[in-house]
Amino acid sequence: MEILNTYGSMLVIFAGAVGFLMAWGIGANDVANAMGTSVGSKALTIKQAIIIAMIFEFAGAYLAGGEVTSTIRKGIIDVAYFIDQPELLVFGMTAALLAAGLWLIIASYFGWPVSTTHSIVGAIVGFSAVGVGVDSVTWSKVVGIIGSWIITPLISGIIAYFIFMSSQKLIFNTKDPIANAKRFVPFYMFLAGFILSLVTITKGLKHVGLHVSTMEAIASAVIIGLLVAITGKFFVNRVKIDPQADKHMHFANVEKIFAVLMIVTACAMAFAHGSNDVANAIGPLAAVVSIVEHNGQIAAKAELAWWILPLGGVGIVLGLAIFGKRVMATIGNGITHLTPSRGFAAELAAASTVVIASGTGLPISTTQTLVGAVLGVGMARGIAALNLGVVRNIVISWIVTLPIGAGLSIVFFYILKSVFS
Amino acid sequence: MPVNSIFGVFAKSPIKPIQLHMDKVATCSELLLPFFEACSKNDWVEAEVVRKQISQYEKQADELKRELRLTLPKGLFMPIDRADLLELVNRQDKIANTAKDIAGRTFGRQLQIPNEIFVDFMAYVQRSLDAIQQAKNAINELDELLETGFKGREVDIVTKMIEVLETIEDDTDSLQIKLRRNLLAIEDNYKPVDVMFLYKILEWVGSLADHSELIGTQLELILARS
Repeated sequence: MEILNTYGSMLVIFAGAVGFLMAWGIGANDVANAMGTSVGSKALTIKQAIIIAMIFEFAGAYLAGGEVTSTIRKGIIDVAYFIDQPELLVFGMTAALLAAGLWLIIASYFGWPVSTTHSIVGAIVGFSAVGVGVDSVTWSKVVGIIGSWIITPLISGIIAYFIFMSSQKLIFNTKDPIANAKRFVPFYMFLAGFILSLVTITKGLKHVGLHVSTMEAIASAVIIGLLVAITGKFFVNRVKIDPQADKHMHFANVEKIFAVLMIVTACAMAFAHGSNDVANAIGPLAAVVSIVEHNGQIAAKAELAWWILPLGGVGIVLGLAIFGKRVMATIGNGITHLTPSRGFAAELAAASTVVIASGTGLPISTTQTLVGAVLGVGMARGIAALNLGVVRNIVISWIVTLPIGAGLSIVFFYILKSVFS
Repeated sequence: MPVNSIFGVFAKSPIKPIQLHMDKVATCSELLLPFFEACSKNDWVEAEVVRKQISQYEKQADELKRELRLTLPKGLFMPIDRADLLELVNRQDKIANTAKDIAGRTFGRQLQIPNEIFVDFMAYVQRSLDAIQQAKNAINELDELLETGFKGREVDIVTKMIEVLETIEDDTDSLQIKLRRNLLAIEDNYKPVDVMFLYKILEWVGSLADHSELIGTQLELILARS
């Protein structure tokens, strides 16, 4: 207790700084995965992608990031074990942040596609199980989270498969693909707007202090979806059809229409990413702040301090604004054969899956979900060639991340503990 | 700073290289027309120039084939079976090889097509080149096929193209029969060994169309597996 009284504000500032850096790292690195599809299929320029990411990552983090943040903060570990020694939770959460941040930096250096979600969950489980006691971890919840890591890519793959198949049936395999693209693309836009706003309104807004009924939520989601679709329709109609372009590749003009759709799904993807991944940076910070603010009392019902979500949002935005350009330039050159009609299916599926997971408070991996979606489109024979070896490496790096995150956080935990006592 | 991105998942598409290879093969074999023109004029300097061009294009096609094989490592997940793709390229490559052999053998023996059958012979070569062109058109539809997930209307378009390819190949067969008959009628006027080679050349020109048809068959197989 004394430790918290003496060093409380210092610990908060330290955790805040580490959390901010972590958010910054997520912005610099992870966002590239979320936005790369749009840049790679040439639907957006790098500059446009960054502007979209800045706005929608922040919106997602602020409006829909609350549920996952609360899971990271108090869902994985059983706070009852920390009531007598709350400083351990403060050290542990700070250690978890340090561990995940360090691992993110190391992985970035070597170019491994790690998941920030996996590192932070591994780190929290690590310090809690080893530093405090195996029982201090809510294992049922952890099993649920890990299970979701297997299920969400699968779900998003299946959704992507069917979205892609529907676009084939409704647009590509018809007599007049251009007319049908103009007709049906706004519908997909509605879908993206509807799902995102529905999850945000039902799950996110209470953190901002707004409470709405289910019917109101559905009604407003429909209205927002329609607004998105109408705006989209306006831009779709403005797409210049160039008959010359179709001589070389029959579907060049259809792809142009899909490129408009991809702007919408890119927004959705950035929003979804912000809503789920901001928690990786600020969830532990939220725990630290809550304990210190309540003078060592672990309040189960404590509200999230007002400045935490914006801090994470700003961190992500700064990260992607400063480093995102370079990261995306590398990616944009890498994907040459991803057309907007495939990219949209993958993005829409991944964004919907992620945002629904965010609504239920599950910390999942955005990149994992996107890989699942891409494989789903591949299953529908939509992508010329996918590198299964790379998929295997990605999966391995995700699995390896758990014990490494745990190990690092245990080390940092003991260091912090010995420094402060 | 390397990027920890997931986009290594997207491998290089084999479709563009396959189309480039087919383009090269078609360009290579089309030179047979000016080659035989030069031969008929007894202009062996010009014939040598064209033969060298043919052989150069054949080499470039080989190079593309090798490159393509390198873009097709195991562990790729593709809408087309890897073995089917490799077989497709092999069949394309046979056309360039045959064109090179035709030009090489004809030039080596300074073989002239008899005047009596020259016009028919050139029509026969042209028809075989038509078959190659048609195969190339079908290969050019591969990216459209990918766009439509190898289903629906685009499949019908390609199937029709393959049907046309088969009719062209039938044409070359009957042209070959006619040419053989005409050659038989005049063969006593020429050196027996030359005549033997003439029959051989007729056969090879025909096999240009045969190989083109086999490309069509391979495409049909690829579509049938969808």
